[in-house]
Amino acid sequence: MDVKIGVLALQGDVSEHIDAFSAALAGRGCGKASTVVEVRNPVDLDGCSALALPGGESTTISRLIERNGLYEPIRTFKGGIFATCAGMVLMATDAADPRIHTLGLMDMTVDRNAFGRQKESFEADIPVIGLDGGPFHAIFIRAPVVTAAGAGVHVLATLDRGIVAAEKGRYMALAFHPELGGDLRLHERFLKNLGI
Amino acid sequence: MKLEELRFGTELLKRGFASMQKGGVIMDVVNAEQATIAERSGAVAVMSLERVPSDIRKQGGVARMADPEKVQEIIDAVSIPVMGKVRIGHFVEAQVLEVLGVDMIDESEVLTPADEEYHIDKKLFKVPFVCGARNLGEALRRINEGAAMIRTKGEAGTGNVVEAVRHMRAIMGDIRKVQGMDEQERISYARSIEAPAELVIECATRGRLPVVNFSAGGIATPSDAAMMMQLGADGVFVGSGIFKSSNPEKMAKAIVEAVNHYSDAKVIAKVSTGLGDAMPGLDVHTLRADEVLQTRGR
Repeated sequence: MDVKIGVLALQGDVSEHIDAFSAALAGRGCGKASTVVEVRNPVDLDGCSALALPGGESTTISRLIERNGLYEPIRTFKGGIFATCAGMVLMATDAADPRIHTLGLMDMTVDRNAFGRQKESFEADIPVIGLDGGPFHAIFIRAPVVTAAGAGVHVLATLDRGIVAAEKGRYMALAFHPELGGDLRLHERFLKNLGI
Repeated sequence: MKLEELRFGTELLKRGFASMQKGGVIMDVVNAEQATIAERSGAVAVMSLERVPSDIRKQGGVARMADPEKVQEIIDAVSIPVMGKVRIGHFVEAQVLEVLGVDMIDESEVLTPADEEYHIDKKLFKVPFVCGARNLGEALRRINEGAAMIRTKGEAGTGNVVEAVRHMRAIMGDIRKVQGMDEQERISYARSIEAPAELVIECATRGRLPVVNFSAGGIATPSDAAMMMQLGADGVFVGSGIFKSSNPEKMAKAIVEAVNHYSDAKVIAKVSTGLGDAMPGLDVHTLRADEVLQTRGR
């Protein structure tokens, strides 16, 4: 099967997401004509089975989503959404910051920079519910956490400050960066959930 | 999760932080008010310093790290990352900024060097560093010392993009050159540019620097910023260009927009319209040797 995946390419670690999804698609045995493309404008979403919301500055990305007319197209996007760090903030219903217009696709409240500043950024092996092959080596960079999750949000991993991984149907939101670490199990699980 | 199972300040965390800045504009600010304007305008981070480079040029004297009180005031004012400049080789200024909670340290030629022989041993710090470079050799020496991000130096405080262009073209050109070499040639070339061979080989294999590479030093208009992106920058630093222009907020927003749409001339034309005056510029050829900042720290 040939699959097209989009990566929101307004700001942040876009190329890392493209590389990780390209590798994950190959790992899932997808066709040679499968592509991972940059999404800057609504038209770029055409034909995409999934969209990745990368890490970056959530205030900046939020503003650029609106500037580029992507807010409604992403909200009504029919494919899966894979969101990391800033992406997780955008997926929430409430980011407790008026500068961020969240997409509200997952009923959750997020706390930005929940662990502190860059010197408090960390790597840790965390257990993820339902993930085979042992703990996941997670990279947290000025990471958010989910402090409250509502109906339909399935919690996958929690640290003392709050929830750091969650799923809701075709959506997956992570406070850390699987695109940086080389472990593609979460990408593959996300694709499998979409029937890819 | 027990605290002893967490790892802080690793190379991956440092380089990862730099990756999150990609496609963004990092703006020089000297106080909380400017920091707030920068954040509102879409900056991905702010660089706290005592004086912007064009004022350092005008006023002369020894330029040092900003007063910790100022840095703290800026940290408290914004939610985006805050960076801070230290003098080349001044590892205690860096220790101070790390304690204050700055998210990235710029070991910068814009300040007066504290050590003319050695740069800071950046691997000793938990906080990531960005360093300036004019060519592949300088960039790889800084990365070897532990820099998690490179910015081409340009010539700060001039509002003249010519040196930024020269340095970006030099690094990109050097990388294209090593891509065309065989292994033996790469090792010999590494010696000639005084860089570690394994880093030269990594550049050749990946077709880019091993870390994020921003452009800096002379960017004064949206077109300048977009040109640097088209030449291969991952993002831009704007120093005096914003708060020395006649309408800083408008200029800041326009530069952010231009970086986001760097290959779309229509957008750049639109955002460049009615901006007022850009910062006054300097012809770099009229600078005396002791006024040139880019030659500091090679």
